[in-house]
Amino acid sequence: MTTRTIEIAVGIFVALGLAGLFMLAMQVSNISEYRNTDGYTVHAYFNNIGGLKVRAPVTVSGVRVGRVTAIRYDPERYQARVEMTISANHDYLPADTQASIYTAGLLGEQYIALEPGGEDDVLVHGSEIYYTQSAFVLEEIIGRIMVNMTTH
Amino acid sequence: MLGPLQRLGRWGLGVFERLGRGHLFLLRILLSLGVAVTRPRLVIKELYSVGVLSLLIIAVSGLFVGMVLGYQGYITLVKFGAEEALGSVVALSLVRELGPVVTALLFAGRAGSALTAEIGLMKTTEQLSGMEMMAVDPVKRVIVPRFVAAFISLPLLAAIFSAVAVMGGYFIGVGLLGVDAGSYWSQMQANVDFYKDVMNGIIKSLVFGFVVAWIAVFEGHDTVPTSEGMSRSTTRTVVHSALAVLALDFILTGLMFGDI
Repeated sequence: MTTRTIEIAVGIFVALGLAGLFMLAMQVSNISEYRNTDGYTVHAYFNNIGGLKVRAPVTVSGVRVGRVTAIRYDPERYQARVEMTISANHDYLPADTQASIYTAGLLGEQYIALEPGGEDDVLVHGSEIYYTQSAFVLEEIIGRIMVNMTTH
Repeated sequence: MLGPLQRLGRWGLGVFERLGRGHLFLLRILLSLGVAVTRPRLVIKELYSVGVLSLLIIAVSGLFVGMVLGYQGYITLVKFGAEEALGSVVALSLVRELGPVVTALLFAGRAGSALTAEIGLMKTTEQLSGMEMMAVDPVKRVIVPRFVAAFISLPLLAAIFSAVAVMGGYFIGVGLLGVDAGSYWSQMQANVDFYKDVMNGIIKSLVFGFVVAWIAVFEGHDTVPTSEGMSRSTTRTVVHSALAVLALDFILTGLMFGDI
């Protein structure tokens, strides 16, 4: 085996290994989502976020426009504070936009749906979304129905 | 009465002595690493015998592991009507665990044992002492290129393994069992995080590559220069590498994914 053949074989091996890594990064994982992180951040307070997770999608009419970047509990307002980053090309959302937490499918992951309002001012970096609707918690609804049925 | 205690003590001393020699040897390797930069040809030659020749077994095993994962994942998931999640099941188990671990085990059997046997035979036939007589440092000339080649090869092989296995799962899941191709890939991309999953898998394979390469060259260099000693060293390389990889995998998994 000549040195040249060996070197070519090693070259192919290294190229294959890097191609494997590239495929794992681009095709298998979500690295493409990390690239366009430029956007503006808004926050909203929810009474109950259900099973919402960081990096959950933020959608308008079902179209994905951003994602949840941070969730923490605000001890002064006794509410959950959810921060979301919306990509910069969706800078037309009115200031009175409503944010609701919905579930994709019966057991699917939860996401935030934005419903644009009618104001002329738009959401900018650091704005708060005032109109929010908490996650749908099955036990709560069943509890309410039970109370209604027993009181009548 | 004191006999068994003495035997236990002798055994313990032997273990610690070997551990100490192993670490001193590693220190010598690390101090001589520069030769891999100044004489890259030596490393390339070893990359061929360690990496390129392991390619076939890694790719074939990857394909079959992926196909089995596709089958088993589908059989379990279809009970819950969640067969669309097959892509994320296959990819997560591969990039987090099976890719690095199975590759390291196969690599220890295929390349680690060969390295030990090669170096051990060099020592038994006194080639290493011969080099020293000629003022050639055998650690620089023989050990470091093999160590570096094994350390580089394992992460690359693990990446190839995972990529081929994901394709194997695709062939079975999408081609044979009728999972939708779009949801196979989109579920995968939705649930596999680049930093948390893929990067941690790469870190794992780097650690395994280091440990397997270290054990293989040390066992070869530390062999008792007889035919029996060589067969023991070769066996020990495979056994110790497998144990070290599995134990380290447990520890690394606890560190990386334990906080969820």
